[in-house]
Amino acid sequence: MNDTLVQEKARPPVAGDDVVIRIEHLKKAFGDNEVLKDISLELHRGENIVVLGRSGQGKSVTIQCVAGLLEPDEGNLEVLGKEVKELSEDELKELRSKLGFLFQSGALYDSMTVRENLMFPLTRVLKMKDEAEMEKWVTDVLESVGLEEAIDKYPADLSGGMRKRVGLARTLILRPEIILYDEPTTGLDPITSREISELIVKLQEKYKTSSIIITHDMACARIVADRIAVMNEGAFIATGTYDELSKSPDELINNFFK
Amino acid sequence: MLTVMASALTSAFNKYLEMVGEQVVFTGQFARNIFRDGFEWGEFLRQCFIVGYRSISLVAITGFIIGFVLTLQTQPTLKDFGAESYVPGMVSISIVREIGPVIIALICTGKVASSIGAELGSMKVTEQIAAMEVSSANPVQYLVVTRVLACTVMVPLLTIMADALALLGGWVGVNIQDHVSIVLFFRKSFNALHFSDLIPSVIKTFFFGYAIGFVGCYKGYHASRGTESVGRAANSAVVSASLWIILIDAIAVQITNLVYY
Repeated sequence: MNDTLVQEKARPPVAGDDVVIRIEHLKKAFGDNEVLKDISLELHRGENIVVLGRSGQGKSVTIQCVAGLLEPDEGNLEVLGKEVKELSEDELKELRSKLGFLFQSGALYDSMTVRENLMFPLTRVLKMKDEAEMEKWVTDVLESVGLEEAIDKYPADLSGGMRKRVGLARTLILRPEIILYDEPTTGLDPITSREISELIVKLQEKYKTSSIIITHDMACARIVADRIAVMNEGAFIATGTYDELSKSPDELINNFFK
Repeated sequence: MLTVMASALTSAFNKYLEMVGEQVVFTGQFARNIFRDGFEWGEFLRQCFIVGYRSISLVAITGFIIGFVLTLQTQPTLKDFGAESYVPGMVSISIVREIGPVIIALICTGKVASSIGAELGSMKVTEQIAAMEVSSANPVQYLVVTRVLACTVMVPLLTIMADALALLGGWVGVNIQDHVSIVLFFRKSFNALHFSDLIPSVIKTFFFGYAIGFVGCYKGYHASRGTESVGRAANSAVVSASLWIILIDAIAVQITNLVYY
């Protein structure tokens, strides 16, 4: 990744951009444990927001609420102009087809090869039947993540970085408008981690997606973030560009950038 | 002391009610998804292969040994009363009506329910089920419906095969001390059987199969986070499914007696 690209990525969102995700005063508790206390955030079309925060602050819970995997207790959550809590099962299904989610582990289906993992959403969601056409989609997306040779391998035969790439390919194959990344570089060595971060930027440009990226990895944040939101104890305490936040006088925020 | 006990009992009762509620909801999801468009025929057949074909050797050996041992245990007693000729009838009725279905269902519980519980539990823990959900695929239709239906179809078939092999085992058992032709043994076995013995016992095996598949899927699908929960899901799938089989059997016997006798 060259510095020009990093500079280019470090741009603030343009005022008046389309809002693809609008989170307002979101609250979520598990029993007595109040994980999200009052979350508000907007993601604009074509923007990458990195959510930073220590472990257990509610970062993953936030994106799981966005994906409809968890139901918020209070607040409004609008994705692509639709209020998530008001959607029927079929409407939620339709919305999810425009939403990609890269899990921390990759979450590849163990019993299927890479090809079958990628064909799974094509046959179930896009209802594709033509083998040749599906093969073309699979090859195309694997080429994008640089893993054409792994097409017949099982997830158990792949390294951590390769699993993340295949997971990313499976997320991209449905051409989502929004991608939610849950710690995409966790557990990877610095070189692979950088490769994944660069890949996120490259794919965002190719597929014109908007993303929320949960990470602790500051190198990744520097590469991918248009804007960074810092979360602490279930609330966002600051948002801004990498450069703005790196100069913050707040000790907690400053600690991330040391 | 009493307050603590009352509070513990209330908490346990609430948890039990929660579990019953979850199972009712899960049953509803299962039923709704059977009739949805896009039935997963490929996965259903794969599961039939796993549940049925891969259990054949275990079930066959078990069935054969049940018949063999049952004959060896009863033959001396019946011989004392000069009733040795009743051995084939006694073996066939015991096997077909009760021992075959229950033992084979319990064997399948150990093999199949634990494997489904562990597989789905592991998929839950590694977020594979969540990945299906967020990609708009239907995990209940793909994972649950196929497995429950495969068990419901394959357990009766395995039981019928085991019953037949148990009779063969009985014939081998008789021939250790005496010489009885296979034709005579099987003729006497079948003469003792009526449709009222066969039909209820086959019907109940469909319920056994359903219980095995459903409990395995439920326990796996509701595994909590962490690898330990995978083992717990597999273990509790076996325990719960075994209890369900005994319970269903008790109910089935009562219904059979009311209808036929």
